[in-house]
Amino acid sequence: MRQSYNKKKLKETGQGYFFMSPTIFVLGLFVIGPILYAIFLSFHKVQLLGNVSFDFVGMDNFLRIADDQRAQIALWNTLKYVVIVVPAQTMLALILAASLNAGLKGQKFFRIVYFLPTLTSSAVLTLIFMWMYNQNGLVNHILATIGLPTYNWIGDPAVALNAIMIMNIWSTAPFFMVIYLAALQDIPESLYEAAELDGANAIQKFFFITVPNLRPVTSFVVIMGLIGTFQLFDQSYIFSGGSGGPNNSTLTVVLLIYQYAFKNMGTMGYVAALAFALAIIILIATLIQRKFSKEESLY
Amino acid sequence: MKKKIGLGKGFLYAILVTYAIVTMVPFLWAISSSFKTLEEIVSGSMNFIPKNFTLDNYIEIFVRQDLFPRWLFNSAFIAITATALNLLFNSMAGYALARLTFPGKKSLFILILAILMIPAQVTMIPNYLILKELGWLNSYQGMIVPSMINATFIFMMRQFFINFPKELEEAAEIDGLSRIGTFFKVVLPLARPALAAQAIFVFMGLWNDFMRPLIIMSSPEMFTLPLGLNSFKGQFISYWNYIMAASMVFTMPVLIIYAFFNRYFTKGITFSGGK
Repeated sequence: MRQSYNKKKLKETGQGYFFMSPTIFVLGLFVIGPILYAIFLSFHKVQLLGNVSFDFVGMDNFLRIADDQRAQIALWNTLKYVVIVVPAQTMLALILAASLNAGLKGQKFFRIVYFLPTLTSSAVLTLIFMWMYNQNGLVNHILATIGLPTYNWIGDPAVALNAIMIMNIWSTAPFFMVIYLAALQDIPESLYEAAELDGANAIQKFFFITVPNLRPVTSFVVIMGLIGTFQLFDQSYIFSGGSGGPNNSTLTVVLLIYQYAFKNMGTMGYVAALAFALAIIILIATLIQRKFSKEESLY
Repeated sequence: MKKKIGLGKGFLYAILVTYAIVTMVPFLWAISSSFKTLEEIVSGSMNFIPKNFTLDNYIEIFVRQDLFPRWLFNSAFIAITATALNLLFNSMAGYALARLTFPGKKSLFILILAILMIPAQVTMIPNYLILKELGWLNSYQGMIVPSMINATFIFMMRQFFINFPKELEEAAEIDGLSRIGTFFKVVLPLARPALAAQAIFVFMGLWNDFMRPLIIMSSPEMFTLPLGLNSFKGQFISYWNYIMAASMVFTMPVLIIYAFFNRYFTKGITFSGGK
């Protein structure tokens, strides 16, 4: 009896590992292995061409970030981008979701339309926007028609990053809108009815019922937004042709990592350190966000 | 279920319609440009209806640009193969984590959750070096093998199988099916809704991916479409008619999938959003 029990257990272990084997293989070779490798690289000066060499340099790679002017520009651009895009896309997503949820006619149509940017690849969206941002393009034409100043969206260092921000707020908000929409279904109707009895208008209901009840979802949306925006790459790369220009104005941390890894020689160790620094910054930003949203809920 | 809208109704419609226009304009502009002649593009005309409607741009990219069909094939081949493997492997892993008991299961599960938190840039460089060692740079397997599982969807499948009725598997076992037989013949066919949501998101992620092919693929004939489009931009600096036509061809498959399966989209997003 005992033996057959053990046999059954052994069989199930075998089955378990059979089912897990592709996952274990890929995780080991392409996730866990690389993480350990990245830790190793970040403490070494690496020479991969010619005489392959790894010299242990301790924290030098991390300290070097402080002296690297381009790293500071990239970090500054990325922070500016995060600080503007995350709140803007979250608010836009919330407003759109609340408007869609009001039970108006045609909401299905609006939903489908709003979802289009989420389906479209970043490469295509960036190209469409570059065509519209052209000096004689559609955006400047519209601005001029309504009497607003026009800009050299792609070529002027003062506006290029803003152009990417506008594009990405536009393209990511609908994704978060869908998350908000699902959460809105869970707010009990009785809360709105009670507020109506107390004479609340639509705007008051939005601010005193909808917004507070969505707080946990908002926290999630902000964290997802932080993670996504800190990793901005595709749009800057295509916008600037990979250079981060004009004048480093669209250089982001991930674009810099890419440039150092694949355009410069002998900087692999430094690149690994930069990638870890970014991971830590994202982690800290996420933790700060969590702390804030917890403190808020105390009121 | 009645919601009071009253005065706010007009205001809400104003928001909805304005934003619908804001969303549509870039797409309409791109579609319209893809049917315009080069003269019209260069002349800076602001018409949404092309003056001389032409299909030449599409003919140009499909017939005269011999790399474009190749890029389309590369994108489709990589995305379809990797999606199929994801469906199989993620479901297998999710099933094992939900249903089987074996030593090390808990650590594996925690590991998979932990991986969800790590930004891709950390593994990007070592991954490149590993693929280089394997001789898999600039190859299909270099794109497919590392992306043939996905931690998010392993987690999703686990949640799905935990709520899956056990009786069906027990009945199959009485009928003499092995565990593995049960999984493939009974469990997997019944998991179709979860598989559909997963398939759409995995496919879209792979189809639209820019960074990984940029790192892995170096020769133009191995490019996927996003890379191809980017190199098109360099090659045809002011030929926006070609670039827009190529962009539209690239966007179509995802729109078609969306048209047919849009109910699974919300499910997939709310899953990744709710957990």
